[in-house]
Parts: sequence; structure tokens; C-alpha cells
Amino acid sequence: MGEGSVGVVFVSHSSKIAEGLVELARQMAASVALVAAGGTDDGRIGTSFDRVMSAIDEADSGAGVAVLCDLGSAILTAETALDFLDDELRARVTIVDAPLVEGGVAAAVAAESGEPLDDVVRAAQSAGGAREPERADAAGPEPAATATATEKVGGEASAGPVRTVTLVNDDGLHARPAAELVKLASTFDQRVTVNGTDARSLLAIMSLGLTKGASLEIASEDPAASNAVDAIAELVESGFGES
Amino acid sequence: MGLDINWAVDWVRRSAEVVAEHRVELIRLDRDIGDGDHGENLDRGFEAVVPKLDDLAAGSTPGDVLKLVAMTLISTVGGAAGPLYGTAYLKAAASAGTDASLDGSAVARMLEAARDGIVSRGKAESGDKTMIDAWTPAVDAATEAAAAGADASAVLAAAAEAAASGAEATEPLVARKGRASYLGERSVGHRDPGAQSSALLLQAAADAASESTGA
Repeated sequence: MGEGSVGVVFVSHSSKIAEGLVELARQMAASVALVAAGGTDDGRIGTSFDRVMSAIDEADSGAGVAVLCDLGSAILTAETALDFLDDELRARVTIVDAPLVEGGVAAAVAAESGEPLDDVVRAAQSAGGAREPERADAAGPEPAATATATEKVGGEASAGPVRTVTLVNDDGLHARPAAELVKLASTFDQRVTVNGTDARSLLAIMSLGLTKGASLEIASEDPAASNAVDAIAELVESGFGES
Repeated sequence: MGLDINWAVDWVRRSAEVVAEHRVELIRLDRDIGDGDHGENLDRGFEAVVPKLDDLAAGSTPGDVLKLVAMTLISTVGGAAGPLYGTAYLKAAASAGTDASLDGSAVARMLEAARDGIVSRGKAESGDKTMIDAWTPAVDAATEAAAAGADASAVLAAAAEAAASGAEATEPLVARKGRASYLGERSVGHRDPGAQSSALLLQAAADAASESTGA
């Protein structure tokens, strides 16, 4: 991969944060161009226009660059840098509004999987998804349904679909298949879990540490999620295209 | 009488002086509601511009000077002021174009372009407790003065006065942009450092103009 994969730039006020993110993401994306642009030119807290410019240049192999930023002025500096790129390069550089750690790792994994820039950006944006269900539950689109149907005593309603499948991949659920699973789960409106963990959160799925032969319970509390559960179960059973 | 290259160079020198002079005050304002680096960052930026003034080619225009300031601030400031002021000076330079001399309306248009640049970069609106709260009254006053036929020096004087009032008027506001917005209600009672530095820079522009035109 490497050659031709999307690059990721981390812009932070702190060089340690930016370098730490590269280090963290590198574990799951060994061949992707991950470049840190942290701190000012003279090593203070702040952001450097020149560092961002050269980081973008270094990260681009022709497939584009996703730029993740920490606080406000990092975004301003990155946007200013974009203004100064030539049109051809600027067209394939995207500043992503995403949580720096989860989003950065998700972007790096998607890039490692050979995804195009748009998908890398989407992976980063959806990486914060693990925190959203709580909000969705509070103001979800189905208050009428929950009110009229099963009076959800103790929240133990298990009306939704469940399938249990076995992981066949020799290397377990490593970065690439995990990213594929998360990507597939993100295409459905219904919330699906794998062994109780949100299937849309890459870090959560990877931290399950699933190895070959592991049993995966793919489930949803939403009765309308059988398509989603089936699709994810079939993807796991297929071995994610690996032998 | 229009404002030429000598005014532009003098503005930059006066800006560097006034920022150095108010460095501690700006740091203190920024420490109250931000990260405390505004005075130091801006001082470093303008300090870096001054020696470059000597390298300006013969026949340079006010627009060339503004562009030099823009590029230097963008690459040396390191905080939000770098891209914000950098964009402002860049848009001002584009507005001034290659004209050797700027009259009252050209100055008003230049200030408006600078303000629009800050808005497009920072996405702040009036009342957010940012530098826009100094710039927008300044642009309004400048436009009004220019429409009434004021010369460049009088246009800048009107802008500077409005900017100073605008900066003062940020004190009771709740910050809605930038680092200060994390403080919410606690930002009330503090003047916005960016609005304050904007007022200082516009006052420096007016002072340079009144010197150069002998007004």
C-alpha cells in the first residue's frame, strides 16, 4: 500500500500531541504517510503555517491528504495553508472536523485499507459515533413506538435480531477487517452491537481484541435491524475476503 | 492628499512600536480569557516585519507593504492572530492593488476588504467578542466618512476612533468564538484582546496618515 494511499496530517498546538498521534496511529497503519505538524517553528505551543504546508506536501503521494486539527487556531492555520496550495494539490486536501484521537486513528486505518480520500474523511468523521447513541436514545425518532409497544420494563426488551458467528481470519479482527466492519455498520440507520460494543466505533471494535475462532454476537435492539445484522454476520463469516 | 508607500511603511513601524509598547497589556487581556499569547505573538510578528521593510524594491506600493506584512504574520505569529491578521492584510493588499496612492474611498474599501477577510477566516459575527467588534464599527465609520468626501487621513481617524469604542464595547459581551468561548459567562467583564490590538493597529494607521499628510 503506502505508495498511493491517502496521507494523514495531525495539526496540534503541541508537538508532543501531534507526534504522539502519529505514533498511536502508526500501530494500525504501518505504511501510511502520517505526518505531525505540532507546535511553532521555534518549539513553542502554537501552530506553524510552514510546518502545516510542508506536512501536507510530505503526506501527499497523489492520493490526497486528510488534515486533523486540535483547537481553533490550528484550524485557522490549516485553512490558511490550504489557500496557499496550488489548485491541483488543494483539490485533494481535506480538513476534517473530527475528534483528534479516534478520528485520526480511524482515518489512518481507512488509509491503510486503501480507501480513497472521501472514505478516509468519512471514517474520521464517524469515529465519534460511539458517543452519539446516548443522544439518539434521548431524542430518537421512535418515541411513539416505545411508548405504545412493549412497556420496556427494565430495558430488557430483546425484540431485535441476534446472530452469532465465528471469526475465521487467521490474524483475528485486525485493522483492515475491523475497518470494513465499522464501515458496513455505519451504512445502516439502526444501531448494531458486536459483543455488546457499538459496531460503528472503530476503536471500540478493535479493543475487543477478537482472535481467530472467537465468537461474535451481532445484535440490535431494533427489530428493523435484521438486514444490518445479517449483512455484518455475513461479512464476518466470509472472512472479510481473506483466506 | 492620498496615502503612499511612505505612509504604509510608517504604519508598519508604528504598529511594531505600539504592539511592543502594549505587549504586556495584550498578554494580560489574553490571559484573562484566552491562552495569554496574543501580545507576545503579535510582537514577534511585527518585529519580524520591520527589518524586511528595508528590502522593499524601489517603486513598491502600499499594496506591496501590506502583502509583506501578511506573509510575515502568517508564518511567524503561531496563534490565531497569525492567520486572522495575515488574511486581513492579504485582502487589504489585494484591495489596494498596484495603486501608488490611496484616497479616502480606497482606504475605506481596503478596510472593508480586511474585515471581510477576517470574517471569512474566523467565521465570527458582530457581538461574538472578537476583533470583528472593533473592525466592523471601523469599516462603517470609514465608509461613512469617505462617502461624505473625507480624505484618506480623516477616513482612518474615523476608523480608529470607532475601533477603539468597539474594543471597549466588547467588555460586557459573552465570548462565542475562539478560546474565550470556553469560558462562556466568565468572559464577561474582560475586553477582547484581538479587538484591542485591532484598535491599536488602526490608531497606528491613522497616526501615520496624519503625520504623512500633515493634517
